[in-house]
Amino acid sequence: MYVIGERINGMFQDVKQAIQEKNAQVIQNLAKRQLAAGSTALDVNVGPAVSDAEGAMLWLVETIRAVTDAPLAIDTAKWEIMKSVAPQVPGDLILNSSKADVEIVSEYVGLAVENGGGLIGLTIDVDGVPGSVDKRVELGAQIITVAMEGSLPMDKLFIDPIILPVNVSPKTPSHCMSAISQLKAFADPAPHMLLGLSNVSQRCNNRSLINRSYLAMAMAHGLDSAILDPLDTELMDVAITGDLLMEKMIYCDSYLEAARQG
Amino acid sequence: MSIPDVTEKWTSAVNTVVLGATAEEGGTRTSTVTIGGAATLPFLAFEGSVGQRPAIAIEIWDSGADTWPDQFRQAYGEAMASPGQWAQKAVECGADMICLRLMGAHPDSGDHSADQCVETVKEVLSAVGVPLIIWGCGIDEKDNEILPAVSAAARGENCLIGTAREKNYRTVVAVCLADKHKLIAESPLDINIAKQVNILCSDAGFPLEDVVIFPTTAALGYGIEYVYSIQERGRLAGLSGDNLLTQPIICDVGFEAWRAKEAKAPPFACVNEETRDQWGVMWEAATAVVLLQAGAELLVLRHPQALDFANKTIDRLISATKQ
Repeated sequence: MYVIGERINGMFQDVKQAIQEKNAQVIQNLAKRQLAAGSTALDVNVGPAVSDAEGAMLWLVETIRAVTDAPLAIDTAKWEIMKSVAPQVPGDLILNSSKADVEIVSEYVGLAVENGGGLIGLTIDVDGVPGSVDKRVELGAQIITVAMEGSLPMDKLFIDPIILPVNVSPKTPSHCMSAISQLKAFADPAPHMLLGLSNVSQRCNNRSLINRSYLAMAMAHGLDSAILDPLDTELMDVAITGDLLMEKMIYCDSYLEAARQG
Repeated sequence: MSIPDVTEKWTSAVNTVVLGATAEEGGTRTSTVTIGGAATLPFLAFEGSVGQRPAIAIEIWDSGADTWPDQFRQAYGEAMASPGQWAQKAVECGADMICLRLMGAHPDSGDHSADQCVETVKEVLSAVGVPLIIWGCGIDEKDNEILPAVSAAARGENCLIGTAREKNYRTVVAVCLADKHKLIAESPLDINIAKQVNILCSDAGFPLEDVVIFPTTAALGYGIEYVYSIQERGRLAGLSGDNLLTQPIICDVGFEAWRAKEAKAPPFACVNEETRDQWGVMWEAATAVVLLQAGAELLVLRHPQALDFANKTIDRLISATKQ
């Protein structure tokens, strides 16, 4: 499971405050704890309430880079910020994220290739989040095609079929799973299939239980990557056990301990 | 239309393990052996580095080899009665290493004391300059008695000592760690246990980089397909990044091949007096060649002609990879 740790996000109060106060230690601790918990990459998002978003993003990147070389998922919806920040990120990066409209995703693919980075492509276009499986698959296929034409290797492409909270959009969890199965078969080698997992349980009770149940179900459909909270140990244990059940690793009596140690 | 690229891309490689220590390194060996390092499946040089040339050890016993078939007396003669002389003869025949199996310690086959085993190890160490594999007699209680003594006697020689098993690993792990030897981790043809034994050794403080795994060997006609599958499955996982399965593999070929009736008394109509003696060597060599292609890094053989045959095969496969 390619885990992108979600905790460095200005939506969280501790991160918001750390950005305001330029408190590097809070950010670096979060980076180290998420990696120790099994993250492969770290999401970096300054949050909505920041006056100088680009400056804050560059400060976060520099602060995190002081403690790790792990890939950083630069999480912004603003093209101008992405375009300016991406070349300034030392080491591995993932652009998070592009919409599926051809003219938009072409730009992102170009930027990713120029900087040797990965790209998260959302199955969302000018019409918004699709209400059907077919539209999700169509937009995902569109992203894959543009990535192939732009020479972005499939192991650097992450397709996100957009999960919505189950309390307001009860059909979306199964739509996403169908889309994942179909898109996984679309290209060989296939791109990573990714979800912003915590979104499925926004404003619900039993959030952790919903997250880990859905993670297991989606993995069975071919999900191999997620932006999630790696500090949720039970969730990470599901990710490890899911890899085992999908034959991504070989069983042994201490498989959980071994995988937790990395 | 271009031809699609079918090469596999692996994220990991087999660990490289050095066996033996020269005077500079604190031992008395005149040569060392390095195994492992492959970054792809055996001999597939078009995909990546094939790593070190597989090494061959010749197996000798401290006692009980009088039960071995006549072909061995023809090859080694009276030297078989003395581990030191036998080891010298084996090195003359081209062995990269000596595998000393302390069968004499077996309660049913001499019940040698730890002191007697120490004398044998010292005799072999002074007789030859190649690195040594020291293999216990297979009885846990006895091995836990003799291996600490022989390990200490060979301290600094960077031997390969075995075996650590799921139910009996603490003693051998501790002595290999204390006396700076490499370790054989054994599992009974079971990929899950192969991984588990490595975890146990690692949790006991032994570096996984110093482990050579023995996933158990079977001869041609006696389950070699299972051995092949297990070795290959483990290797695929190792190359894909599972660091509990990136250890080089040792195969106990001679021991298994010469247990086969086809080796000792071939039951085939075509066998005649002229060819009868060749069957054992052939059975051993064929087993070796199959296991080389399943990823064996270190072969333990018995007969010098089987060694020649295996070496020629390695020559051919290695030179093919260079073209």
